[in-house]
Formats: sequence, structure tokens, C-alpha cells
Amino acid sequence: MLNERFPILSGKGVTKIFGLGRQKTVAVDHVDFNFYAGEIISIVGESGSGKTTLAKMLLGLISHTEGDIFYHEKKRDISSQKKKQEYWKGIQAIFQDPFSSYNIFNKIDSVLLDCIYMRGGRGLPHAKKVELMTEACSFVNLKFEELTNKYPFELSGGQMQRLMIARIFLLKPKILLADEPTSMIDASSRATILDYLLKLRSETGMTTIFITHDIGLAYYVSDTVYIMERGKFVEHGSADEVILTPRNEYTKRLISDVPKIYEEWDLSTV
Amino acid sequence: MKHTIQQVFRSGKFVFGFAIFAAVLLIVIFYPLIITDGPLSIIGQGTFFPPGIYVNVYDSMSSTVYTLNLDDAAAKRIASKLNEDDRLALKEWLMAAGVSEAEIDTTDTQKLLDLWVNNYDSKKSIPGMTNAKRNYYVRLNTALKGLMATEGVTVSQFNLQTQTLEEVDAVEQSDFVNITEVANMRVLPLGTDNFGRDVLTELVAATAVSLKIGFVAGIIATLIGLTLGLLGGYVGGIVDDIIMFITNLFIVIPSFVLLILISFSIGQEQRGAVTIAVVIGFTSWVWTARAVRSQVISLRNRDHVNLSKLSGHSLVHIILSDILPYIASYVIMALILQISSGILAEASLSILGLGPRTTEVPTLGLMMNWAMIYQAQILGKWWAYLPVLVTIALITFSMNLMNTGLDQVFNPALRD
Repeated sequence: MLNERFPILSGKGVTKIFGLGRQKTVAVDHVDFNFYAGEIISIVGESGSGKTTLAKMLLGLISHTEGDIFYHEKKRDISSQKKKQEYWKGIQAIFQDPFSSYNIFNKIDSVLLDCIYMRGGRGLPHAKKVELMTEACSFVNLKFEELTNKYPFELSGGQMQRLMIARIFLLKPKILLADEPTSMIDASSRATILDYLLKLRSETGMTTIFITHDIGLAYYVSDTVYIMERGKFVEHGSADEVILTPRNEYTKRLISDVPKIYEEWDLSTV
Repeated sequence: MKHTIQQVFRSGKFVFGFAIFAAVLLIVIFYPLIITDGPLSIIGQGTFFPPGIYVNVYDSMSSTVYTLNLDDAAAKRIASKLNEDDRLALKEWLMAAGVSEAEIDTTDTQKLLDLWVNNYDSKKSIPGMTNAKRNYYVRLNTALKGLMATEGVTVSQFNLQTQTLEEVDAVEQSDFVNITEVANMRVLPLGTDNFGRDVLTELVAATAVSLKIGFVAGIIATLIGLTLGLLGGYVGGIVDDIIMFITNLFIVIPSFVLLILISFSIGQEQRGAVTIAVVIGFTSWVWTARAVRSQVISLRNRDHVNLSKLSGHSLVHIILSDILPYIASYVIMALILQISSGILAEASLSILGLGPRTTEVPTLGLMMNWAMIYQAQILGKWWAYLPVLVTIALITFSMNLMNTGLDQVFNPALRD
């Protein structure tokens, strides 16, 4: 894979400014990045550092104020609804809060059917659609027969997030953007979710962008790590490089904040 | 679909609200089929006849007479004629004449009259009593004598040939008629109004017209408000700016003034109930638009909307399936408020004489207006305004109950 290493998604001077004049907030401040195809990239930063804003810009949900985003080494063009739909076939997302990610009025079937339709499966016979949905659900160890005609909020948080992964399984995008997919879920389900994500990634080879505040998790899963502080990338490189030999003060602090079970906690620094 | 309807009717609140509303609607539909009088035909000569059953006196004299000997008939007759003021007046005179207060019981009619007969002397002068008061007692005494009489009344007819009165009939005190045999009687459950019109018939017709005005006005206002609010809130940008500019323009110009001007310029002849309803609808959408817009703005950045976008849904699809269901119960509540405020707006216009033409149909607002102008509330003629108030309250209350019930069914997260 390394010999065909090319940046599937990259940015130059990408900036997002909210508000005008005195009240303006620079959420993302001239960031440059190259996300290579097939890699797992982590963007690590505290709350408010601009991770989610950057994610939304990458997804094309909000426009960027300055700079350029390149997709497949060409300038990204999402000027019309049709072009956007085409772009979203290539990039998909899992959001942080599974409880607010679903439309409470739509049944689980319709969430999954939407994905089949997006892949051009509108004309498939009903039995085939059910087969696809069953396959997607069993990938994340859910039973489609039990979910059909149910509403998403009838599931637990972990099940909902697994359903999200089933959705990605059906869509098979080139890039998956996971915005803190495990932060709202209890610790035991967290590992399961990560396992499924990694399993899906190893099966499809899709580029995965993890957005997280947990530098330990980033080190565990990713090839490349970007550290974000106040809207800027302060450090990036391979996971080993960044975590084991951090150069930036902020990175060092983030690493030192990770509690180690075998060490006694020094509560005075908290 | 069938399943959803079943669920709707399992919600107690909805069923209760629906029952009230259906009852109002059924009365409005079926009452005119039974009582075919025009709602504005004047049947009573006089104002504010109290509710009750009106039996024709002439017909009851020519009906078959039945003699019933009832012991308490006389006492009841006197008791019904001797009102509270008269009783107090009797007590006052008796006390002035030297009867001790302990002896006088104004509630025991028979004892009071006995005392009166024994003690009253029209010549006796009581210090400090005016001539008018003295004459009042003389008249009262005469009336009481008539009441206490045990004979019946003779009915006479003028004979044109002999130029004399001839006795044609006698009515005894023990004479009764069977009410079902009297040819003419009329039930006025809510009496008559200031013009002598049957209040119930008028109320039913008024409810129908006002409901129509309310619904047309409410639906127009809600549709305009909803469309502009959804577009402005979701699309944002220049579209939102233009919509908000128009909305603010309508807020700055008081809608009621606009309503008056439009109503006036339409002219008396063209002002039917529906025209007024449309005018009310076109001037009252502003707050719905603003409220919907702010709700949509808070919804448009939610994750489920983002996910819907990522699933490639179009703008219309997102607005209809990811935004509208979340604000539907709010919109229905706004619709109900618009309907009731439409009914009230029509009433306000009617007070100014700019409401719908009133020669054929009454409206709830007009009935309130008439009752107020003729001081029904000061005179204690409750039947002229209370039923109207209760009707407006019932309509609004039942619609709100139905809304709460619907919300429980259609918002899956609220279900028990």
C-alpha cells in the first residue's frame, strides 16, 4: 500500500471564522494537512480546540472561510446538491452522540434503507434489501429481525453506535470520519465499538479519521497523529514519533495527563 | 395507518378532547335540521326573556281542564309571587307597628301573611314614613288580598251585538292542563337576547360561523408562517434576511390596524365571513413565522440533520422529514392558538362594525358585543353571554386536549 501512498484528503490554510468584527471567533486557524489513503489518522485536542468544526468542514456540512480542501488531489467541488451527494458517497461520518444522531420519527429500517438507496440499490427486490440489512447488522453483532420496526431510541447507546457502524458497512465510503465515536458510551461497550470499527477498516481498507481527546486511544489505533490546540495543528507525524518523542509543550502535557493505572495519581496537578 | 389511528384513540386526553369537539360539531350540524327557525328571527317582544318553557296561555285555556286538589297549591302560589323584597318590606312595617322581631319569620309565608292580615291598617300612620312608601304598602296589601282569594277567575268576551261582556269560561284555582295537550309551547333553553331572539339557535349558528372563520384564518396564518419560518430558518443567508425583513415589517405595522384598513377598503357588501377570515389569516402569521424560524434554527445543526444530509437527502426531504416532525406538535399548538385568536379577532372587528355582514348570520363575537352593549352582565342576564364564553372556552380547550393527545402518539419519545 505504501508504494501508492497519496493524500486522499488534504488541506491548505483551511480556516473557519464564526461571527464578525469584535465578536469573531477563529475556530480553525490556517491548518495544513495531508491525510493519506488507507491510513488511520487521529486528530487529538481538548474540547473547544476546533476538532468538530474541522470535521464538519471536511464533511462539507459547513463551508470554510479561507483556504482550500483537496479530495483525491483535486480541489473539492461541492457547489451543487448533486456534487455534494457524489462527495458524500466517498466520505461518511459517525457522530459523537448516538442519542441525537437518529431522527426519532424514523424506524431503524429506514436508516439502513437510506444507505442501500445511496449505493444505488433502490430497484433491488425486497428480499435482497433485507439480506443486505441483515448482513450489515450481523457484522456488528445485532439481529436485524429484532430491530426491524423498532425506533433507534429503543436501543442502548452502545447498540445505536453499533448500528452507525452497520450503516458505514452498507455505505462502504472511502473515508470515514469518526468524531469521538466512543466518548458517550460506557467503558465496556467502548472497546467493542473500537473493535468493530477496526474490523470494518481492515476489511474495507478505508481511510479513517479519528477525532478524539484521548491521546492514549490515538496512539493505540492510529498511523498518523495530528495534535490540535486552539484551532491550529501544533504537531503531527507518525503515532510513535509524536507520542514517544513529543516536541511540543502541549503534546507533552496531553501525554502526561493520561492516567496510568500502575502509577499513583498525583492529584495536585489536576 | 390503521394502527396509528387506534393508538390515537387510546390516548385518554385525545378521546376526551375529541368527544367535546365532536359534540360541538354535531350540535352545529344537526341542530339547524331540527329547529328550522332563522338564527336571527326575532320571536320575543321584549328583551332578555329568561330560560325556560314557554306555554301559550290562550291555548291552555281551551285545552281540557283537569281538577287536581293539591293542599300546598295555594301556599306555593303565594310564595312564588311574594318576593324577598316584599317580605322584608312586610317585616319592616310590622316592626314599625310594634310587633316584636322575634315573632316575624320571613321564610314562613303563611305565618307572615297571618301576622300581616291581623295587624295591617292602611290608616295607621307610622312616623317617618313617606307618602310613596305608604302607597306602596296599600298596593302590596291589595295584591296580597288577590293572592289569598280562594275563588277562581272569570273569563269574559265582548259581545258585539249586545255591547256587553259575557262570561265564556271560568278558571278555578284547582284547574290544571296537561302540557302535552297545549297546542303551542316553546322551549327556550337559553332564553332570548336583547332583540328577543332565541339565544340557543343564535349560538349554534354563531358557533358554526365563528368556527369557519377561525379555521380558515388559522390555517392560512399557520401555512404562511410555517412556510416562511421553515425556509428562513433552514436555508438561512439571504433568503432568511429577506423573509425576516418582511416579517419585521408586519410586526412594526400593528396587524390590527392593517386588519381594520383592509376590512374597510373591502366594503360592506363584499365582507362575507370567509373574506374576513382570509383577511385575518393574512395579517396574523407573523408570530408563527418567527417562532417556527427559531425552532428550525435550533434544529438545523443537530446530528440527525447532518446525518440526513450525509445520506444524500434533498432540502425538501430534510425539511419535511427531519425538521417538520420535530416541530409538528408546536405548529399544531400554534394553529389552535391561531384559530382561537382568529375567533377573537373577528369579534374585535365586529365591535368596530367592520366584521362580516351581520344581516344573515351571527358570530360569537357579535353575540358578546350585543350582550355587552345591552348591559347583560350588569342586569344579571347570564344567558346572553355565559353560553358564548363557555362555547369559545370549550372549542379551545378541546383542541388543546387533542393536541396533547396527538403529541403523545406522534412523538415516539413521549410514549408511555
